Amino acid sequence: MFFFSVYSAASVVKNVFWFRLSRVREDMINIPSTIRISFRALRVNKMRSALTMLGIIIGVGAVITMLAVGTGAQQRIGEQLASVGSNLIMIVPGSTTAGGVRMGAGTHSTLSMGDAEAIQKECPAVLYVAPTLSGVAQIIYGNQNWATSVTGTTTNMLFVRDWSLIGGRPFTNEEIKSAAKVCLLGQTVVDNLFGGIDPLGHVIRIKNVPFTVIGVLDIKGQDPRGQDQDDIIYVPVTTAQKKLFGTAFPGMVRVIMIEAKSTEDLPAAERQITELLRQRHRIGLQQDDDFTVRNLTSMMQAAEQSTRVMAILLGAIASVSLLVGGIGIMNIMLVSVTERTREIGIRMAIGAKTWDIRLQFIIEALILSLIGGFAGLIAGVSASKIISVLAGWSTVVSPFSVLLAFGFSGFVGIFFGFYPAYKASLLDPIEALRYE
Amino acid sequence: MALLVTEEITKTYRLGDIALNALNHVSLSMGRGEFIAIMGPSGSGKSTFMNILGCLDKPTSGRYLLEGVDVAHMDRDELASIRNKKIGFVFQGFNLLSRTSALENVELPLLYDGLPAKERAERSAAALATVGLAGRENHHPNQLSGGQQQRVAIARALVNKAPIILADEPTGNLDTKTSFEIMDLFVKLNEESNITIILVTHEKEIAEFSRRRIFFRDGVIVSDESSGPQRKDSVQNEKKI
Repeated sequence: MFFFSVYSAASVVKNVFWFRLSRVREDMINIPSTIRISFRALRVNKMRSALTMLGIIIGVGAVITMLAVGTGAQQRIGEQLASVGSNLIMIVPGSTTAGGVRMGAGTHSTLSMGDAEAIQKECPAVLYVAPTLSGVAQIIYGNQNWATSVTGTTTNMLFVRDWSLIGGRPFTNEEIKSAAKVCLLGQTVVDNLFGGIDPLGHVIRIKNVPFTVIGVLDIKGQDPRGQDQDDIIYVPVTTAQKKLFGTAFPGMVRVIMIEAKSTEDLPAAERQITELLRQRHRIGLQQDDDFTVRNLTSMMQAAEQSTRVMAILLGAIASVSLLVGGIGIMNIMLVSVTERTREIGIRMAIGAKTWDIRLQFIIEALILSLIGGFAGLIAGVSASKIISVLAGWSTVVSPFSVLLAFGFSGFVGIFFGFYPAYKASLLDPIEALRYE
Repeated sequence: MALLVTEEITKTYRLGDIALNALNHVSLSMGRGEFIAIMGPSGSGKSTFMNILGCLDKPTSGRYLLEGVDVAHMDRDELASIRNKKIGFVFQGFNLLSRTSALENVELPLLYDGLPAKERAERSAAALATVGLAGRENHHPNQLSGGQQQRVAIARALVNKAPIILADEPTGNLDTKTSFEIMDLFVKLNEESNITIILVTHEKEIAEFSRRRIFFRDGVIVSDESSGPQRKDSVQNEKKI
């Protein structure tokens, strides 16, 4: 009994489905004519059609603009992220305690060149290691001077930061070993000291120590926190230790920058580094680390995530206006069905079937919403352009948002057009013909 | 075989507790090529009868055979298909779609029959020519006189080659001269194309164009008389009163 009823239910479903399919195929011939009929009906009430579309225009326009602003912001953050370098890990020393007063991260010097070399050798998830020792120093060239951050590091820094040179060459291993007085300049430093002159081969003085400029770094712009990344000078780490800043013990470094092999390797790299350094620093089981491992990339990805959430939120608000626009369409279609009761009666008497009538009104609603969607697209793109000019934000109209806007307005048309169409198709032809 | 046969058709309307029989066991047979006038005072049931003949309404009980097929209990879409292919309607108020050209009005039944655009246009133009409106294909109803509008409606009834035309007071809104022109057109269609014409009218003069007159009163047929030469292939009345 049960199987029988399941079987018959399935066959009913199949038949209904087949019936619908064959109906739709039959209607295909009518669709161009139906579209023509719908356009004519909409033209008759131009003002009303335009006002009905307005809701959709505003809705789609708002969605497109929001997405353009959101995508623009996301893209800018993505570019900044890439400029800092990918899969970055930063190791800073822990804090010192002076008479019970703790002094903050980085005040305790515990990291050494040996640590950096060990990480490079023994942590399989690590790609590049760049030890740094930096400080602020006054730089003099001719009659110009400038205060900037001077960072002692190795050639690996350029790989870690994904930074190329626009002129000159990086440090050689020999220069690093021998603490040579050579330097690489960031673009901001070049601009402030040299004006229009090519700085390569010239000698600048850092803390009164003469350095030869051997390379110029490419422009990177601002980092995600808004700091100028180009206001920097790189010198060999050994030179910084011995000739510029001095060290508490030989081979001391302030910060170690590390690039992991991939994003997936970041947690493994963190774990391996922590284990290795605890071992090297002889930290007992109960004791706290005397260093901190910071995962820069995941911090910045969190920032990116929050802008994405913001964009989704704004999009959601904008889609409420699309919903309101859809209700406007339904309202007008219901009025239209009542006004055209007699026309519906004539069509039914002449042989229009249920779906002929439904299709006519659904197509009308669809035309309203799609034209509205197209106008909204134009409005949204113009609004994005105006915003990017006036507010200086970067806006990006992605093909996805265009597709989304059209898909959504089409959906609104069919969804809110269906009920009026359904109502029209259920009219009694005799009553409809008598309607004045 | 008779074209239209009604067997004991009853139509009951319920107004609260009161049941009203608009039609009371009406049995009738109409043959192919007949020209019938249905007459009677208002409330006699003739409009209800016409609605059932036109497959716009279903009887409460009884059978209605159209070309031998019982259509009384078909669903909406099946009835729509029957109306589309078998029956042409002509109304008192013309019932053309305004803001739509004469040609497009005539095309409507073919549109719902799923014919391609080219064939629709050709057949519609031919139908307009049959009713004497060649050259007015692109006129809109408000650019045509009452008689011309009714001709467009007749062309619309003809275009899908329906064997039956149901005309509900087709001359009610027209002056006498135009009325006679429209009736001449019906006579021509009846004689030349063997189309069965059933018309409802109040006016005796109009009824005289027909060859069979059926009178309704209080939901029953009170008289059914034939005059003039019946065509060979038309079926004699089964029920003489």
